[in-house]
Amino acid sequence: MTRVHDMGGRYGDGAVIPEPETEVFHADWHPRALAVTLACGSLGQWNIDTSRHARERLAPMDYAAFSYYEKWMAGLADMLVDKGVLTPEELASGHAAGSSPLADRKMTADAVAGVLARGGPADRPAQIAVAFSAGDKVRTRRHAHNAFVDGGHTRLPDYAAGSVGRIVRLHGHHVLPDAAAHGLGDRPEPLYAVAFAASELWARPEHPRDEVVLDLWQSYLEPAS
Amino acid sequence: MPHDHHDDDHAHALLPPDPALRVKALETILTEKGLIDPAALDEIIDTYENRIGPRNGAHVVARAWSDPAFRTALLEDATAVVSELGYYGRQGEHMVAVENTDDVHNMVVCTLCSCYPWPLLGIPPGWYKSDAYRARAVREPRKVLADFGVTLPKDTAVRVWDSTAEVRYLVIPQRPAGTEGMDEAALMDLVTRDSMIGTGLALKP
Repeated sequence: MTRVHDMGGRYGDGAVIPEPETEVFHADWHPRALAVTLACGSLGQWNIDTSRHARERLAPMDYAAFSYYEKWMAGLADMLVDKGVLTPEELASGHAAGSSPLADRKMTADAVAGVLARGGPADRPAQIAVAFSAGDKVRTRRHAHNAFVDGGHTRLPDYAAGSVGRIVRLHGHHVLPDAAAHGLGDRPEPLYAVAFAASELWARPEHPRDEVVLDLWQSYLEPAS
Repeated sequence: MPHDHHDDDHAHALLPPDPALRVKALETILTEKGLIDPAALDEIIDTYENRIGPRNGAHVVARAWSDPAFRTALLEDATAVVSELGYYGRQGEHMVAVENTDDVHNMVVCTLCSCYPWPLLGIPPGWYKSDAYRARAVREPRKVLADFGVTLPKDTAVRVWDSTAEVRYLVIPQRPAGTEGMDEAALMDLVTRDSMIGTGLALKP
């Protein structure tokens, strides 16, 4: 069983409402929420997989009720306390009790451009052999679950679990989120784009030729015929 | 197997529930603690509000339409090609370009969160982050396209890319008819953000 964030294919959400390109943020606090989150990333206390998992493990009621940046704020606050950067007392009082030993890692204004431009590449030197090539048939894990931690982070969506698809391409060897989100190291694996016929995933596909392509790690896959 | 023990401790509930006050409180505590610099926050906001946005992607698409060698290189190794134009960065570290044709229409989603090619398209629009888009784009892409006023020819296949890893996808929309002889700058104006996500088509001149 996965978590509330894993919503691909779900029914009942209503229309998608387009919006003009000029609308970047929808409230004054949105850009602050974005910036505080990115700035805290520089403290080096977590990685992108940890921060995704922090949002995913919000209580389902909170996840459903919170807007995008509210999820970011809640996930950030939870990680800051979890990693011992802030204390629950500091969150409750709204003020710091003294300065932080991490203060020398603070992102300064003149460092911002460089940090954003460098990004955080997820590819790593190969450690295990590539098992599949383009055109191979593969089956995904029957359950969309984390193999190391019960209820842990994974990037196999439930709608594509236990399904047969076709390897489209190899992206290289990438950090395994299932491990990295839980402090278990990068454990890089071959990462593939895998195409699934819509008819493999859905009871009533819209069109016989439609496909969904997902990026999936080698340990999510086994050979299929 | 270890259990994810964090399910019961949700520290965020200690902060004020109003989101604007919640952000303000976190910013205050972190600033007092010496962990964030308000000037750096302003710099980050200015970057995504004013400097990085979908015109970057439109530049790439317009050049792909105008320059066959560039198009080939982009489809071969998008990360290298967009890096040369200065569009490498956070959330665009591993780029793949996918091209729309008469035969296939590509559309991009992230069902598990809201992954998006920031250096090329900026901050994702509200609808891209919405539950409705995340839930529906993979199961009924044509109905989602209808929400955008787009109807595809009946023989065109839809290929939806669910961004489940750190690879980010840029859709190269079809070049509209009647644009022969237009230069790169004029073509850029036809390339909408939505056309590069695959929920729209390029504008007609």
